Amino acid sequence: MNGFTIATPAQVLAIDVRLPDLDYAAMAPMLVLFGAACLGVLVDAFAPRQSRHTIQFALSFIALTVALLAVIREARVGSRELTADVALAIDGPTLFLQGTLAVLGIVALLLVGERALEKGGPFVSQAAIPVGSEADRRQAREEGATEVFPLTLFALSGMMLFVAANDLLTMFVALEVFSLPLYLLCALARRRRLVSQEAALKYFLLGAFASAFFIFGMALLYGFAGTVSFGGIHDAALLATTSPLLLFTGLAMVAVGLLFKIAAVPFHVWTPDVYQGAPTSVTAFMAACTKVAAFGGLLRVLYVAFDRARWDIEPVIGTIAILTMLVGAILAVTQTDIKRLLAYSSIANAGYLLVGALAFSKEGLSSAMFYLAAYGFTVIAAFAVITLVRDDDGEATHLSRWAGLGREAPLVAGVFTFLMLAFAGIPLTSGFTSKFAVFGAALGVGEAWPVALVIVGVVTSMILAFPYLRVVVMMWLSEPAEQSPTVAIPGAFTSAALMVGVLATLLLGVFPSPVLDLADRAAEFIR
Amino acid sequence: MEPGYYVVLAAVLFTIGAVGVLIRRNAIVLFMCIELMLNAGNLALVTFSRINGTLDGQIMAFFVMVVAAAEVVIGLAIIMSIFRTRRSASVDDANLLKY
Repeated sequence: MNGFTIATPAQVLAIDVRLPDLDYAAMAPMLVLFGAACLGVLVDAFAPRQSRHTIQFALSFIALTVALLAVIREARVGSRELTADVALAIDGPTLFLQGTLAVLGIVALLLVGERALEKGGPFVSQAAIPVGSEADRRQAREEGATEVFPLTLFALSGMMLFVAANDLLTMFVALEVFSLPLYLLCALARRRRLVSQEAALKYFLLGAFASAFFIFGMALLYGFAGTVSFGGIHDAALLATTSPLLLFTGLAMVAVGLLFKIAAVPFHVWTPDVYQGAPTSVTAFMAACTKVAAFGGLLRVLYVAFDRARWDIEPVIGTIAILTMLVGAILAVTQTDIKRLLAYSSIANAGYLLVGALAFSKEGLSSAMFYLAAYGFTVIAAFAVITLVRDDDGEATHLSRWAGLGREAPLVAGVFTFLMLAFAGIPLTSGFTSKFAVFGAALGVGEAWPVALVIVGVVTSMILAFPYLRVVVMMWLSEPAEQSPTVAIPGAFTSAALMVGVLATLLLGVFPSPVLDLADRAAEFIR
Repeated sequence: MEPGYYVVLAAVLFTIGAVGVLIRRNAIVLFMCIELMLNAGNLALVTFSRINGTLDGQIMAFFVMVVAAAEVVIGLAIIMSIFRTRRSASVDDANLLKY
């Protein structure tokens, strides 16, 4: 304890204050989304009720398109810089992931805005009304809430900030900016409201618990390095002569916060409940975009701040990756609800992404980014199909209800079969190319840990193929149940989202090279 | 007074909060335990700011406070909406989603 030197107040005050340079062009995607979200709040307050949905959807769609164009513009300029006084890093991975987030955000927005499947849309009109009350029965006939659009935009702007954040504080603020709207979105289902609220409660309590770990880890790393910027932590870890206790404890706690968001075992317990309870369009949004954002942040932390501690963290995160793949794959086999099945599949996919991340090479980074993009499209399309299979009580998500679906609706069942095969990693789908890229990157390193991870990855992929194929067999070969659900005719929005998702899954499987090249060129962090 | 003691105090507060989250059942109490953990983080930030002789840690504590306030708004809204229906804030009663 006597080793600490204490600064006098005069020394503290002697720090010169200067305003940071802000590169507004580089920050444009985040600013546009944030501004549009604020505008959306005003629209919800002042626009007449019947036109709100149209205005909000158009506003969100335009904002996301503008954000995407801003990302593309920035990528064409080829800027690689730290801005806002090293708080933001605008580099290849940032731009690639921001572009991915914008595109996946647009596709997910189509699902969120769909109103053709159910009168008034999938969201409750006023979430504050207690479930089962007289007012609740009255509002069942009213139009759904349009707050979901600004909430989605807030979440997306937070995600874009998260993948660009170059210090722990910015990362923490971005983490909360994208998590808080997601907690609310989970609670807004029109049907099965108790389940939806329960999902939000679980997500919120566990998410807040994880971010408390993140804060304390940030404090410890600040104590170790005297700064929270990733470059500063990297330098301090390189030059440190003191005990690395603060460094490793801090890293472990920050990692808890991040691994919670990517749903890695043992921080995965919220995933199945939240995926099942949340409105399906929100689940699709979470499954695709949260994964991209959280992995973007984790990759930056690992590659930029802690690459010198690589040998120390590899066994720990490697073990977590193995557990994630095993638990996700094995528990997926036992599921009877299609949304829970996809939740466990998303946990296992987090494991495969960790395999790529742990390669600690340019190939590892680019393959993980490609995987994120490919998986996002497939998972949004899969959840889009789930919104179509309905009965009187809303979506029929129990697997037994899906028996014999191939006879009733061959097209929808065929699309779902294709998506399941993509998840299982059959060639000519994006599932194959992305797994191939990730495992290839890990094998290319040629060390013991990555090779072990690849072996576990291949074995769990085989285990995981079983639940997917079981769904396929059930849809085509089983006899339909007595009261089989009907397959709703998708509205224009859902059709568009499905089409984009399926086409991306197919094209990234057949011609992956343009996107692979793009990810490869982008795969370089700046410090 | 040695600033190192404050780091130890922060760690103790954080541990009390974390254990509280794990063993308590009432959602509000759980939430208070999480706030305790956040404040332990703030104490650690301010202490390290003093030790390192930079102001960054104190500014960060402000950021954490603001975010924690936003979190309270969201969290209490969710807990309230459940409480209104169930007349209970126990997290053991929220058991519709399993397996």
